[in-house]
Amino acid sequence: MTQPAMNPGSRLDPWVASYAARAQGMTASAIRALFSVASRPEVVSLAGGAPFVSALPLDEFADMTAQLIRDRGPTALQYCTGQGDEKLREQICGVMELSGIHAHPDDVVITTGSQMALDLTVRVFCNPGDVVLVESPSYVGALGVFASYQCEVVHVPTDSEGLNPAGLSEAIDRVRAEGKTPKLIYTVPTYHNPLGITQPPQRRAEILQVAKSAGLLLLEDDPYCLLGFDGEVPRAIRADDADAVVYLGSFSKTIAAGLRVGWALAPHGVREKLVLASEASVLCPSNFSQLTVSEYLATQPWQEQIKGFRALYLERRDALLESMEQLMPPGTTWTVPEGGFFSWVTLPEGLDTTAMLPRAVAGLVAYVPGTGFYVDGQGRDAMRLSYCFPEPDRIREGVRRLSGIIETELDLVSTFGPGANIAPHSKRGPSTPSPELP
Amino acid sequence: MNDRVVVIAGGLSPERDVSLRSGRRVAEDLKNAGFDAQVKDIDANLLADLLADPPTCAFPLVHGVAGEDGSLQEVLQAINVPFVGSDAHSCRRSFDKAIAGSLVAAAGISVPNSIALPQAMFRDLGAGGLLEAITEKIGLPLIIKPNRGGSALGVTVVRDAAELPAAMVGAFAYGEVVLIQRYITGTEIAIGVFDTGEGPTALPATEIVPDSGLYDYTARYTAGTTEFFTPARLPDNVLEAAAETAVTAHRVLGLRDWSRSDLVVDADSRVWFLEVNVAPGMTETSLYPQEVSASEVTIGELLAGLVKRAVARA
Repeated sequence: MTQPAMNPGSRLDPWVASYAARAQGMTASAIRALFSVASRPEVVSLAGGAPFVSALPLDEFADMTAQLIRDRGPTALQYCTGQGDEKLREQICGVMELSGIHAHPDDVVITTGSQMALDLTVRVFCNPGDVVLVESPSYVGALGVFASYQCEVVHVPTDSEGLNPAGLSEAIDRVRAEGKTPKLIYTVPTYHNPLGITQPPQRRAEILQVAKSAGLLLLEDDPYCLLGFDGEVPRAIRADDADAVVYLGSFSKTIAAGLRVGWALAPHGVREKLVLASEASVLCPSNFSQLTVSEYLATQPWQEQIKGFRALYLERRDALLESMEQLMPPGTTWTVPEGGFFSWVTLPEGLDTTAMLPRAVAGLVAYVPGTGFYVDGQGRDAMRLSYCFPEPDRIREGVRRLSGIIETELDLVSTFGPGANIAPHSKRGPSTPSPELP
Repeated sequence: MNDRVVVIAGGLSPERDVSLRSGRRVAEDLKNAGFDAQVKDIDANLLADLLADPPTCAFPLVHGVAGEDGSLQEVLQAINVPFVGSDAHSCRRSFDKAIAGSLVAAAGISVPNSIALPQAMFRDLGAGGLLEAITEKIGLPLIIKPNRGGSALGVTVVRDAAELPAAMVGAFAYGEVVLIQRYITGTEIAIGVFDTGEGPTALPATEIVPDSGLYDYTARYTAGTTEFFTPARLPDNVLEAAAETAVTAHRVLGLRDWSRSDLVVDADSRVWFLEVNVAPGMTETSLYPQEVSASEVTIGELLAGLVKRAVARA
């Protein structure tokens, strides 16, 4: 027998031994692959949180940006300061007034979407192993940021009014008793992603009090605050405390996600570090995008436009809720959002939305499995449905398809017995946030 | 003017992303070989585009249903567009793992014991009893997979009967029929076959050693998570037997131009046929390109040869 010749193996990546520990979770996943199918027009995607930008006044946008380039092209196409355009920061303070926040433009740091503001905040506060306390469930994009800085995430119970203050307090005590270091409390108080619920004023006050008592910084992520269906803007937690809260805002949901303009409003000392961290990361946010937003706020009836968005999203929410009421199998429950983009749907016992997703995508409907919003495998029986992008008839068609998929899955579980429908999970769903999942 | 080749990639299967990456790479390699190549998705415009401006040749690289089950090939045959790869009939029987396995077994090749059943059969007969009977007949460990599909989506290795129901549900999420197969422990290898006019020829075998122990979706498409050895670290006589197995499977299934067989070599050096791919993955982490790199032909020569052969067939 001839002995095999020795040949070196290949891993197809010569740098595989060089990656940082924080890159370990950055792997291909079948779930992410499925979302590439969801982008096809045949699929009704109830997955993504993309705003319906087709409803923007696009002609006016085109004229305005052309004028901007003609009038201020050399500025718009140039670098700017790391903190962001001063006039836009003033305008942002005006926007935040609607949420009851009185802020100085010096304390605003403009970022490439609020996702970057979140990233910077975690970067300047968290060492590997530090604990971030989050809602159950929590925004998938935030979980990705926490993972990339090797934070430990602790999910705190939620109820119909959002993050539970008693649960939060207990979690902080428990974390400290375990010898760990809690650093941040991350919350989406208004039209929560993915739950769709809103913390009432009293709840916000209680959460703030817990955070202050524990000496922990509260990270208030508030991209949906202007999208309440009743037109009222809930008072931000930051409105009642300038020192205990870093407030994250965004124009992605209210104007145009593609411009990638968001911001952080932070206490003075924190703001300084965020600016330096931002400069180290990107030098400055896009000046063209900033000036476009600034011009839009200055020259266009943006509040009327957002009012139009509210009406549009309300119609779509109603299409979702009505069709779920008509079509979803018994035992299915869902939240009723009063604004924002999402409803959290809990399926009958025994179903696993991650295991069901391939069947759903093959049936031309997509959603985000609940496990994506947890770090610990919770959420198997839940999914996030978004109603922001598909038109009402498509939403109804999507729910019709989805209800059929769920019926089939129930049949499968009934065939193989309870507990069969538990897919093997990694600790999290999507290992990193996909553009499909804002 | 250069020959125009339309690489068809994408589609609506869970392997869409893989297919698009395969398609882009092949198109680039064809361009480098002197062809006018472009990638087109399977969508509402494809048929009209092919009819309005027929290419010299199509290169189907849609993975999974529609691309490998013969559907796309049926359409290309109907509109008389020459294409690289096997005809619709051969694709259809190769894509069905149970049918392909039985045909290959009939040619004297070792194929693990298996049974393929639809969900309805488990519902009608009772899943508990049926799974018990199957497990008793085939024996643990088992590998559970969708009968039609690729990229290891919906695949689970079952070492304990208690894991079987969840594995079945996971596989049924990707298809109506599930293959329950005896899991053969050994050296996992893949062997590409090409035929540019001189008969089916085996490429060097690639040995697959995933860090996780299972060559699943993550191990396939995350560079660095699997170690590959081309040629496989097996004795020459075993490599020859494996190459012969891949070529025989190619012939028995009536395949043409190219294919890739997935095999395993057990501790007794016995070569087992697992499945065959009629549109092998061509991504940066795929097996076929690695095998070509280790062979005496270049990827450009090979692809050009396949295209020329397809055109000559028309």
